[in-house]
Amino acid sequence: MKKENFFKRHWLVMLCGLIVGAAAVVLSVLGNPKNMGFCIACFLRDIAGATKLHQAGVVQYFRPEIVGIVVGAMLMALVGKEFKPKGGSSPVLRFTLGAAVMVGALVFLGCPLRMVIRIGGGDLNAVIGLVGFILGILLGIVFLKKGFSLGRAYKQSKVEGFTFPVMLTFGFILTFIGVSFFASSESGPGSMHAPWYIALGIGLIVGAIAQRSRLCMVGGIRDAVMFKEFGLLAAFGCIILAVLGGNLLRALIEGVPVSTYIKFGFEGQPIAHTEWLWNLLGMTVVGWGCALLGGCPLRQLILAGEGNSDSAITVLGMLAGAAAAHTLKTASSADGTGVNGPVATIVCLVFLLIVSVTHLRKEQS
Amino acid sequence: MIDARCLACPLPVIQVQRAIEKNHPATLEVLVDNNPAVQNVTRFANHSGYTVTVKPLEDDEFSLTLTKA
Repeated sequence: MKKENFFKRHWLVMLCGLIVGAAAVVLSVLGNPKNMGFCIACFLRDIAGATKLHQAGVVQYFRPEIVGIVVGAMLMALVGKEFKPKGGSSPVLRFTLGAAVMVGALVFLGCPLRMVIRIGGGDLNAVIGLVGFILGILLGIVFLKKGFSLGRAYKQSKVEGFTFPVMLTFGFILTFIGVSFFASSESGPGSMHAPWYIALGIGLIVGAIAQRSRLCMVGGIRDAVMFKEFGLLAAFGCIILAVLGGNLLRALIEGVPVSTYIKFGFEGQPIAHTEWLWNLLGMTVVGWGCALLGGCPLRQLILAGEGNSDSAITVLGMLAGAAAAHTLKTASSADGTGVNGPVATIVCLVFLLIVSVTHLRKEQS
Repeated sequence: MIDARCLACPLPVIQVQRAIEKNHPATLEVLVDNNPAVQNVTRFANHSGYTVTVKPLEDDEFSLTLTKA
């Protein structure tokens, strides 16, 4: 009976998890890099490259998935009457927290979503990342329980709410009508992508269903620990299952050894490194930062689509963080951490501690 | 009464959790201004042994009355 209730209450978010996992495999089959079928951090980094915020030639592409997610969420929010522009909750701090989260993600090489997708491909470095991610969320929870808040967000104009989705759509249209404002990689991960219309379509579906189901990678662990709510965490598991199943199916269909797509181990994983301490601490930054922000990078995109300008500014911060990570050489590569990656990770952890401690508010009566 | 309007996820639930754990009130009124907050507070309150009555107010706001079951 209890089990029935659980599925009845959480079927949508679990379905969303399965769709996201399947989408990652499908996008990978159609051209996205292996184990990077669906990664918000990687996609934002590629957009930062495409818009020439950084000059790393191998990671430049205006990823249609991001446009699809934001616009899909916006459309679903409009249909469900949940498009409600609001903002004004510590915007500069949110921008900086977004940048820190991105720096941490690029030390690990992936957002929480890609971490889970990497686990589904057997990458044990990502399991280390998961430990760090949980550690970061637990640190965030400590401060949330003590009264951490970035302050209230207030109603904003419709124009404010539409600005971010429209800006992204405009950038996307410019890219795909052949205007040569933007860069596009000729080699490396940025050059590997599924056809734009499929990427856009999958983004739209994921954006719409994630808006409705409120899928969040941080929320899963946070709600399980804080409120004994396991629905979002179940969705987390569904993503891993879908990726594992999808990879298995892919190997069977292509008639190649399963180890082509699911290879348990640390060495030789696609677009990953084996420096465990920095994999761990990079994801600690991501978990902690996202717990303070109230949601993972995917959730920030969804909220930005709902007209939340605090989340839009967070995503812009992530773009800036991606640019900084490549310009200042803090981003990792398959060869290992960037030359300034470790020091940047420690700076981010200190920054998170300062923000956490300085934003403890008195309990409301 | 808890005014959790204009607060982002998960702060409304945290405020309710703190109030329940600290004071164990027989009833508690909570103001929120979005659907996810209504759902999250209701779910948490039900877990904690409270029944919830939701009253829509003007301007997309809701008043939740939590009553100890």
